[in-house]
Amino acid sequence: MKFLPVSDADRSEMLGAIGVSSIDDLFASIPAEVRKSPDLPPPLSEIEVRRLMGSLAGQNANARETAFFLGAGIYHHWVSAIADQMLYRAEWLTSYTPYQPEVSQGTLQSIFEFQTHMCLLTGLDVSNASLYEGASALVEALLMASRLTRGRRKAVLSAAIHPEYRETVRTYFARLGLTAVDVPIGPDGATDTGALEAAVDDDTFAVAVASPNFYGVVEDWEVGSRVAHGKGALSVAVVAEAVSMALLAPPGERGADIACGEAQSLGVPMHFGGPVLGFLTCRSDHQRQLPGRLVGETRDAEGRRAFCLTLSTREQHIRRERATSNICTNQGLMALAANVHCSLLGKRGLREVALQSHAKAEYLKGEIAKVAGYGVPFTGSTFNEFAVEAPEPAAPLLARLARRGILAGVPLSRWEPGSPNRFLVAATEMNTREEMDRLVSSLRETS
Amino acid sequence: MSVEVDEEAGTAFSDRRHPEPRHEPLVFERSGQGKVGYSLPPLDVPDIVAIPRHLTRAEIAGETEVTEVEVARHFTRLSKLNVSIDETLYPLGSCTMKHNPRVNEEVARLPGFAAAHPLAPEEVSQGALELGWRLEKILAELTGLARVTLQPAAGAQGELAGILMVRAALEKKGRPRSTVLIPDSAHGTNPASAHFAGYQVRELKSNARGTLDLHVLEEAMTDDVAALMLTVPNTLGIFENQILEIARIVHAKGGYLYCDGANFNSFVGVAKPGAMGIDVMHMNLHKTFSTPHGGGGPGAGPVAVTEELVPFLPRPTIERRQDGSFFLDGDRPESIGRLRTFLGNFGMFVRALAYISQYGNRIGEVARGAVLNANYIRAGLADVYHLKYDAPTMHEVVFSDKKQSERGVHAMDIAKRLMDFGFHPPTISFPLIVYGALMIEPTETEAKPGLDAFVAAMREIARESEEDPEIVLKAPHTTPVRRVDEVGAARNLLLRWRPESPER
Repeated sequence: MKFLPVSDADRSEMLGAIGVSSIDDLFASIPAEVRKSPDLPPPLSEIEVRRLMGSLAGQNANARETAFFLGAGIYHHWVSAIADQMLYRAEWLTSYTPYQPEVSQGTLQSIFEFQTHMCLLTGLDVSNASLYEGASALVEALLMASRLTRGRRKAVLSAAIHPEYRETVRTYFARLGLTAVDVPIGPDGATDTGALEAAVDDDTFAVAVASPNFYGVVEDWEVGSRVAHGKGALSVAVVAEAVSMALLAPPGERGADIACGEAQSLGVPMHFGGPVLGFLTCRSDHQRQLPGRLVGETRDAEGRRAFCLTLSTREQHIRRERATSNICTNQGLMALAANVHCSLLGKRGLREVALQSHAKAEYLKGEIAKVAGYGVPFTGSTFNEFAVEAPEPAAPLLARLARRGILAGVPLSRWEPGSPNRFLVAATEMNTREEMDRLVSSLRETS
Repeated sequence: MSVEVDEEAGTAFSDRRHPEPRHEPLVFERSGQGKVGYSLPPLDVPDIVAIPRHLTRAEIAGETEVTEVEVARHFTRLSKLNVSIDETLYPLGSCTMKHNPRVNEEVARLPGFAAAHPLAPEEVSQGALELGWRLEKILAELTGLARVTLQPAAGAQGELAGILMVRAALEKKGRPRSTVLIPDSAHGTNPASAHFAGYQVRELKSNARGTLDLHVLEEAMTDDVAALMLTVPNTLGIFENQILEIARIVHAKGGYLYCDGANFNSFVGVAKPGAMGIDVMHMNLHKTFSTPHGGGGPGAGPVAVTEELVPFLPRPTIERRQDGSFFLDGDRPESIGRLRTFLGNFGMFVRALAYISQYGNRIGEVARGAVLNANYIRAGLADVYHLKYDAPTMHEVVFSDKKQSERGVHAMDIAKRLMDFGFHPPTISFPLIVYGALMIEPTETEAKPGLDAFVAAMREIARESEEDPEIVLKAPHTTPVRRVDEVGAARNLLLRWRPESPER
């Protein structure tokens, strides 16, 4: 086998050194009645693996060969050649969690830089080394808030937070004696302020609001923060489209205590939804309740700058059932991709990507609204995604367009059966005006 | 392998890879005003910002201004400060640091996978759904269990999913019970996951063999115990040879047997957990199935369950229609719910399926190779390092620093000294039941010369500990940085870079 480097001669010699006559003897502690070989086909060669995978991959619509406007938490942004090629380097790809800092300074420094990028983007003081993805990042943020406001049992969530995030929160909360209350949106598509104020009480540990929210609408973090702080709760900002942070006011500057969400947009391909990149940042006074890995700067024995994992006493391998989270492995390689991406784009590029995404979405929104029968149901400002009301059920319409090479949007009926005609449309710097015009004219043809 | 030692300075200088200490500034410190590392097409629509000014920000003060050249240099130089599997033996116990086949990386980047969106219409996502379905079927076959969820993002999330399914099954029967039993040799994620599933944890003391004591289990296994979480083989690399009896005791009280499959590499393709009486088991695709560890993830933690637990699987599941087409079924009323967005770490499914396909029905050779290599290391070191538990070794062997600590040399020092010989250290100080543990897992992808060199290095360190402990205590001598002050890092927290003059 091509991945098994022990030769037959070496194997015999090794068995001799161990003092057994066959490898089977080494498995004697496994009861004979459970030893069973799997019923699998014979091994495939590399050529056959490529063939199999090529045929499976070929059945999926992909953003490189279609006019592509899907979002709803996963976005098709530019990933530079160097960001992807850097991930191929064995030193990044085939190393693990940097428990031994002297032989892991590359990974440690990269995480430290990633932490810095996330702090700069969110306007907060401290970032962890990454979490799985946006929904579980929100869970971790809320659990952190509940620890910081001991005894309170209720989280108030904007109903315009991604529905899969809210569903994930409920999975975790159900067994911990915590509840989550959803606050509806108003006609502008933003969280209803009156309803938010009414929902928050002395038992509330966190108020979570998303911006841009699930409908693409830009919300003001300050509203959620004011309401939260008025009752002694923490303000949690949720960002599912991280590119927006280069243009929108950062959560930390408008009262948020914790920011969390999905950073896939920053250099990570869509990967059919994973691996992506969860993030979590907070104010420094809350850092000891952060979940997950953290890298700190320190010195080596000769006084040189060095990095290492720190505050490990928060973590499961030390604190076990009293840890701040059960997370161990996170999204290390994706955090590296985000670090390369943010470093390459930098101050100007991150902003230009955000501005282009926004301008293209504004153009497309205006053009779709001109198509007879089509409308934009919410009045609030949007970043790079918006809801559309079609004159017919959206799911079959979108499936029809997909067959013509236009991935026009995500139907909301999946989560909101009461809105069968609505769908979300996202634009990024990857879209051309020609593609957008093609989308608009095909809506016109089908209407 | 030998290391020449400069007796006067007490430092090794033979390392030909890193003659000088190396330092790479932070990427932020490489910035030069006005530099750019990207270009975008000119904007082909009207340039407008239709967002109220108070909801927008000024430029991101402190963000980088570098060119692609500097990015290439920076990240290449940084990468060289890491030790990796492709370079050397990386025997980090319980992490299964095996070779990562490169064709897996290539196929995962096919546009139909990497540039596919999880919410695209089902009819243009059939290949992705089929891939998940195929992987699920193979993992069910390997575990001998009924079905598998691929959703959990890593092993710890798989543990949580598994215990939540146990809880849902018990709730359906009347009450969830209060306690989960976990041996004292378990990974820290086990008690943490049980806690986040709403259970109290009771720790079970291991017996002199290093395995679960049946009397302790019988005494602890009441009708208020939801599950026993057992790592098989355990973190000492010892197989629970009484696994069938353990399952019987747990089931007799109406509990469930959870298997932490972090160590599945030691018996994949050789034995089936389902046949052992295991009800639910997570696997780590980044361990057993070779998806790259990436400096700390992404992982993937699929969970296999018995028929009884199938209704409680996280939603959605991948199902196949009569006509052969695939769809996502979210209409599962007894499901524990969703643990994350979308289907899971799909890119890892691609790699794992590519890996398993390359072994096919010969996948048992993985386990056989892994167990052979671990036993060879054990045979090579058992006379110089203390072995607290001498039961048969599976895929990893746990020595301790007992002999060396008499000379003041501890596991940490041995680990640091190994770096001077060009190896990544083993896992140290774990499992907690072995004081001064050195947990060595070579995996099946190491050839005899590499194992021999590792054994020689470990023996040399044992000799140094006797004759010249200073060189071990002051190690490492040849790494990019010398011993790092971890205590200082925690005492004086510096968790990010800040611009020198605050521009905000």
